[in-house]
Parts: sequence; structure tokens; C-alpha cells
Amino acid sequence: MSKKITIDPVTRVEGHGKVTIYLDEDNNVKESRLHIVEFRGFERFIQGRPYWEAPVLVQRLCGICPVSHHLAAAKAIDVIVGAGTGDGLTPTADKMRRLMHYGQIFQSHVLHFFHLASPDLLFGLDAVPEIRNIIGIAKENKHLAVMGIMMRKYGQEIIKATSGKKIHGTGAIPGGINKHLTITERDSFLNGKEGQNIDQMIAWSIEALDFLKEYHKNNKSFIDTFASFPSNHLSIVRDDGAMDLYHGKIRAVDTNGKVVINGIDYQNYTDIIVEGVKKWTYMKFPYLKDLGKEKGWYRVGPLARMNTCDFIPSELAQKEFEVFKHYTKGKPNNSTMHYHWARLIEVLHAAEMMKELLNDPDILTGELVIKGKKQYEGVGVIEAPRGTLFHHYKIDNNDQITMANLIVSTTNNNDPMNMAVNAAAKEMMNGQAQITEPMMNAVEVAIRAYDPCLSCATHALGQMPLELTLKDINNNIIDKKRT
Amino acid sequence: MNKPIIATTSLAGCFGCHMSILDIDDKILELIELVDFNKSPITDIKKFTRTVDIGIIEGGCCNSENIHILKYFRDNCKTLVSLGECAIMGGLPAMRNNIPIEECLKEAYLDGPSTHNPEGIMPNDEELPILLNKVYPCHEIVKIDYFLPGCPPRADLIWDALTALVTGEEMKLEYGVFKYD
Repeated sequence: MSKKITIDPVTRVEGHGKVTIYLDEDNNVKESRLHIVEFRGFERFIQGRPYWEAPVLVQRLCGICPVSHHLAAAKAIDVIVGAGTGDGLTPTADKMRRLMHYGQIFQSHVLHFFHLASPDLLFGLDAVPEIRNIIGIAKENKHLAVMGIMMRKYGQEIIKATSGKKIHGTGAIPGGINKHLTITERDSFLNGKEGQNIDQMIAWSIEALDFLKEYHKNNKSFIDTFASFPSNHLSIVRDDGAMDLYHGKIRAVDTNGKVVINGIDYQNYTDIIVEGVKKWTYMKFPYLKDLGKEKGWYRVGPLARMNTCDFIPSELAQKEFEVFKHYTKGKPNNSTMHYHWARLIEVLHAAEMMKELLNDPDILTGELVIKGKKQYEGVGVIEAPRGTLFHHYKIDNNDQITMANLIVSTTNNNDPMNMAVNAAAKEMMNGQAQITEPMMNAVEVAIRAYDPCLSCATHALGQMPLELTLKDINNNIIDKKRT
Repeated sequence: MNKPIIATTSLAGCFGCHMSILDIDDKILELIELVDFNKSPITDIKKFTRTVDIGIIEGGCCNSENIHILKYFRDNCKTLVSLGECAIMGGLPAMRNNIPIEECLKEAYLDGPSTHNPEGIMPNDEELPILLNKVYPCHEIVKIDYFLPGCPPRADLIWDALTALVTGEEMKLEYGVFKYD
């Protein structure tokens, strides 16, 4: 008799998801699925709203990386107000938005590594569930927990100073930004007391990387091979091939490093990317049109970005990038667990970028907003912490939104996450007489490597059947019916 | 004396309220001296292992699973707190409440400019919870004891409310404390 293993909910990830694993009579894994079980319906219910609301409405998809949605929407709306694509804004607007974004990359990556993923590394996959969390970390290794908490705080404070609030801010507006940084704010980020300054952030970023590299040294085969598989990789990169998380053109490489897509203006993203639909999840399955459904799926996020870009435009992160590239002899890195390594290199890069931007006088003074000739359609793309994020809007003569299409980072990683779940389940469970909790946690470890934001992934509205609910006069539910 | 125990969950929310809990920053270290955590997305405790003192709910109810989890929390938490706009009023997801659901489905899975779905497949599987006709605030499903507004509620409001609940000392509720954004 075959049986089904369910992991519900997947924990220490952002958002709602569950895993089902189907085993045959001999306890070999037949199939595994990561289900996205929630839905929202943003694409439809945003229709009719004025376009300038998009950057503040749509970020409510996700409270973990709201800045990414805020900026991707703002970039699309820039096109609509005739302010050009990404690089067309004033230096002040461009740099303030970049500062906000690198603050976001910093805090989100730190949150993922310290608060969510590090318990697996520090305690091991088979530790008791009760201690496998940030509280356990704080008790076992207080310094590590303090580092995580204070680094995240710094990123959140940067976001607050550039957007007005730590979560769901309002800084980016059509064609620009609504504020400068004050000199007091700038000085406090540069020279703040109690470790809240940028040099401390850079030092801690290096310390975090060293922690991971030491772990890697001691757990080589696990980190190199666990839940790994070949794939394509996609991101935006700057015109000169540099990593640029705020703006660039689409590039994709295959598993051997061959560039299969390059220099594509993301206004034309529908020429190269399509999304398939499956019955058992709300999340769609994007793939490269030219390569087709079977071969065209790709990975996004920190690991993919290391594989697509030619170099990192900041000194210390570039050195770490070279070590990373050397490890696979310049070939694309396809190790799922190396997402953590790549993510921490980006933490360092984000810290260096924040330092560069904080020292730039353009953030203190200068024109905030530009406007041009109104357009009726715009696409905004950004490298969110978890990967490439697409926002696409159309408007009518009344400035109301008539169409919205979103491909979020985690959706781009849908096929790879399902591959990782299946690979991890096979490695851990095949032929085992009993399925234990640590085996199930190992499957979650593979998912966690992708830092999936299942909040983001729930934006699409789905599922035909409805539940009808009959309530009594006191609002108590007395009957339910599935149609 | 045993420490009070807290559990948290996110229903039809964006996780921003959970992030705002983490925005108490270094007070996290104080909090874990004050309380223990049970079922929560930040721990690996997937089912209640005992009755807890305070349950914190983010998000409203948009599907059968949300209802199930909310009732599960009501049954296992002495005090239940609705945290943030979505739990209290349905929030942004409730913007779908006036739109026929077929339109929303069509938009997401058939008509999107990057969607390629010639067979017209719609997500529909026994593993997926059933959609409710509307997004409901939590207090329409179960009794809620306290409400903390904001999108998200500010970290210091969460901290003040939690410490008040844990210590039993009344919290100062001044006009400026509440922000309905």
C-alpha cells in the first residue's frame, strides 16, 4: 500500500505552505509536492484603483520584503508617468531608492540566515524541534543571535529613513521619491553608537560569512550535494555584466554556463517568459519560452545571481565572489545549500553599497521627482532578496488600473523548490522503515535554502470550488457546503 | 513560577505583523526571558503541545484552513489577540469581497499576459483548502479578546501590549498610540 507523508505547515519560512510526499510499498519516494495553499487575488481587485496607489497597495502582498514590491511597482509606474525605465530618474531619487533597496536586501537576508536557517546549522538537522529556533540560538550562542537582531535592525532603520516606515512605507512615488535623508540620519547610520553603524555592519557581514565557511569546511558533502540538481539561472544584470539588484537587463545561463538569454529589456519580458498552471498548487510555473516547459525552468535568487553576473561592483564582496566562483572552477554552481553562501556574500555587498550611498551627497539634496509624457503600460523589474520580481500594469484614460500581472521571486523558483523537495525526500526517506521527524525537517531544510516567501506566492487568486457557509443569527457557522 | 506561553499564527495576512513583532529588536532577548513560545511559524512546533496563555493572530480568514487554525487557536489559547488590520477588518485581501470569484480566477490563471494555459487548468486539489466566499475578520468566527490595530501595528505597541498582558499591569492607551494605516 502506498502512503502519504504531510509536512504542514512548513515552518521557519515566510508564509504558508505544505509538503506532501507519496511513498510506494517499499517506502521509496514516488512523488513530492510543495503546495502553496493560500490565495489573495491582487491581479483582479487592484483593477479600477488609480495607478499611483499601486506601490502602496501591492506591497501588502508581503510584509517580509514589502520594499521589493513597493519599488517594482514604482518602477512600472515610472514608465507610465513618462519618467523612463529605472535609470531615468533624478540622481537623488535613484540613490534614495537604491539605499532603501539595499537596506531591504540586508535585513531580509539577515532575517533568513540568522532567525530562520541558522538553527539547522548550529543544532543539526536531528536536534529536538523545541530548540531549533532563534530563541534556541539566543540561549546557545548569544553573540550570533545579537548579531542577527542588530543587523536586521540596521536594515529596517535604513528602510524607515528612506520610506517613512519599517514595514509598508510610502517613500517611492511615481517618477521619484518623496524625501531626502537628513544629515542627522546620515551621520547616525555612518557613525551610530552601540554598533549601529555601517562599519560594524560590514564587519559582522564578514563574521557571518566566516561562520558559514567554517561550517562548510566541516560539512562539505552535505553542503555541496544535499538536494542539488542542474538548472538554468536567471536574473537582471547591469549592462557591463555587474551584479545590480535595482536595475538591469535580463540574462539567463544554462547549467553549463552558456548564456541563453542576454540584454533583454524587461519591458519585453513576455517575449521570453511564460507561466504554466497545475491543479495542486496556487503557484504558477514560469519557464523560458524558447526552451519550453520541460527544459526552460530556471532558478532565481542569490545562487542564480552568482551564476549570471560577471562581477560584483564592491571590493570585499567581489573578493568573496572570486572564492565562490573558484570553488566550481568558474562553472555555474548548482548546489542548493550554496544559496546560503551566496546570500551572505550579498549581505556583505548590500552593506558596502549602503556605505557608498550614505557617503553620496545626492541623498541629502537634489530634485526628487520628474514627470514626462503619460504612457498606458509599464513593467517594473527588480532583484528582490529571493530573486527576480516582475510587476506589469496597464491603465486607461481615467488613470485607473485595467490590468496587473505579477511574477514574484518565489514563483520563479517553483519548479526548483519542488525538485529540491523531491531530491531531499529521496535522499532521506527512500527505503527507510520509519519516517522520522529529522527526515521531515531535512526536507524543510532544502526548501529553506531557497528562502521562499510564500506570502508573496499567495497573491494569485485560485481554485474553482467555493465553500458556502450558513450562519445563524449570532454569526455562528451552522453548515458548510462545497460547490 | 512558570513563564507565560505565547503562540502565534498568520492566516490571510502578509507576515508583516510577525515582522513587526521582530522589530522590537533587542527586546527579543528580554521577551524570551519573560515568556516561552509554543506553536508559531518561527518555531518548529507544528501542533500545540499544551494550553497556552496568549495566542496572537495575524490575518483574516479567506479559506477553510484559516477557519480551522483560528478555532484551533481559540481552543488552545486562554487569551486571543487580533494583531493588525487583516485580523481585525479583513484588510487588503478583503478588497476581493465585492468581486465575483470567477473573474478573479480567470484573471490569474487564464488571462494573465504571461500565462500559457491552453487546457484551462485551475488549481483544485484535495490538498488545497476551500476558498470562502469572502475574507472574514477573525472576531466574526471566534471570540477575540484584544485588538491591536495598524498595518502593521508598531513594534512598540506590540511590546507594550504583550508586557501588559504578561505582567497584568494595565497599559496606557493614549490617542497617539493607535494608527490605522
